Amino acid sequence: MMTATPLARVNDCQQLNAPCAHSKLRALLEQGLPLTPHPWQVLAEQCGLEEAEVMGCVKRWREEKLIKRLGLVVRHRRLGIDANAMVVWNVPDELVTRVGQALAKETIVTLCYRRPRRLPDWPFNLFCMIHGVKREAVMAQLETLVERLGLAEIEHQVLFSQHAYRQCGGSYALRRNDELPGV
Amino acid sequence: MNFLEFDAQDRAIVNRLQNGLPLVLHPYAAVAEELGVSEEELLARLTRLRDSGVLSRFGPMYHAERMGGGLTLAALAVPEADYERVVEILNNVPEVAHNYRREHTLNMWFVLATESSERIPQVVTDIEVATGLPVFNMPKEREFYVRVHLSV
Repeated sequence: MMTATPLARVNDCQQLNAPCAHSKLRALLEQGLPLTPHPWQVLAEQCGLEEAEVMGCVKRWREEKLIKRLGLVVRHRRLGIDANAMVVWNVPDELVTRVGQALAKETIVTLCYRRPRRLPDWPFNLFCMIHGVKREAVMAQLETLVERLGLAEIEHQVLFSQHAYRQCGGSYALRRNDELPGV
Repeated sequence: MNFLEFDAQDRAIVNRLQNGLPLVLHPYAAVAEELGVSEEELLARLTRLRDSGVLSRFGPMYHAERMGGGLTLAALAVPEADYERVVEILNNVPEVAHNYRREHTLNMWFVLATESSERIPQVVTDIEVATGLPVFNMPKEREFYVRVHLSV
């Protein structure tokens, strides 16, 4: 049996001849859901599908976790949230899962990933982000967290961002439009 | 719009909608009801927030890997004198989705998003050749579940 690729699953959504409309829908969705009382209807008209089909597709992509959530993209810097700290930790491998899970539960932590070390220059294997309005506040929160979680022995560094040269969402659908099977 | 013009109702809207829009036929009406405002008012505020640049969009957060795409975090240690030149190079690489200056010897941090995961090594090599600097490529090995919600 052939294993369906993620891409194939996106396209076997409903109609036999619909992959083109579906890739168009993904591209439209990337630009954001229209701010109107009937957003799905607007998208449906733009890609030649019925409103119910559009909803069905989006729900299915959501269930398959191709779409994590349909959320609001906030420009934090515009709201004064520009103390953006990447905290990197050098955690013994046998502890990294536990520490990662503990950090992820903290309300001030917005992302938490395990990544490979790049020795000898970069010994850090756990990354988390903390966003705040003031650096001092971020540092104080981090200190409290280190103490509470018992992380004092674990080497860490705080890398504040100084400037964002580029900040845009990935645009997978737009780039992929031309290479979808059946298009 | 500045920070001060962002009122309590706006805050409530932004805080609520960071959790995502319900996948129902009339999602804005559903959220408006939750927040105790009219759909018209909600849409008017969202339009204003979008036009003022506080919100960029109601976008889907795609799961890059499940879409078959590649995603990685990478860094460079750029000599200060060379910084502008390297920014220029990276800004011309379409796969660079984010690029931040950070306070560290590794002072340039960027996210690569590619249409296929196989393309990441090629883009990394291209950047190394163009900049003459080694790229520290640090793809995620495991994501710990975090509920992203920045109260405003």
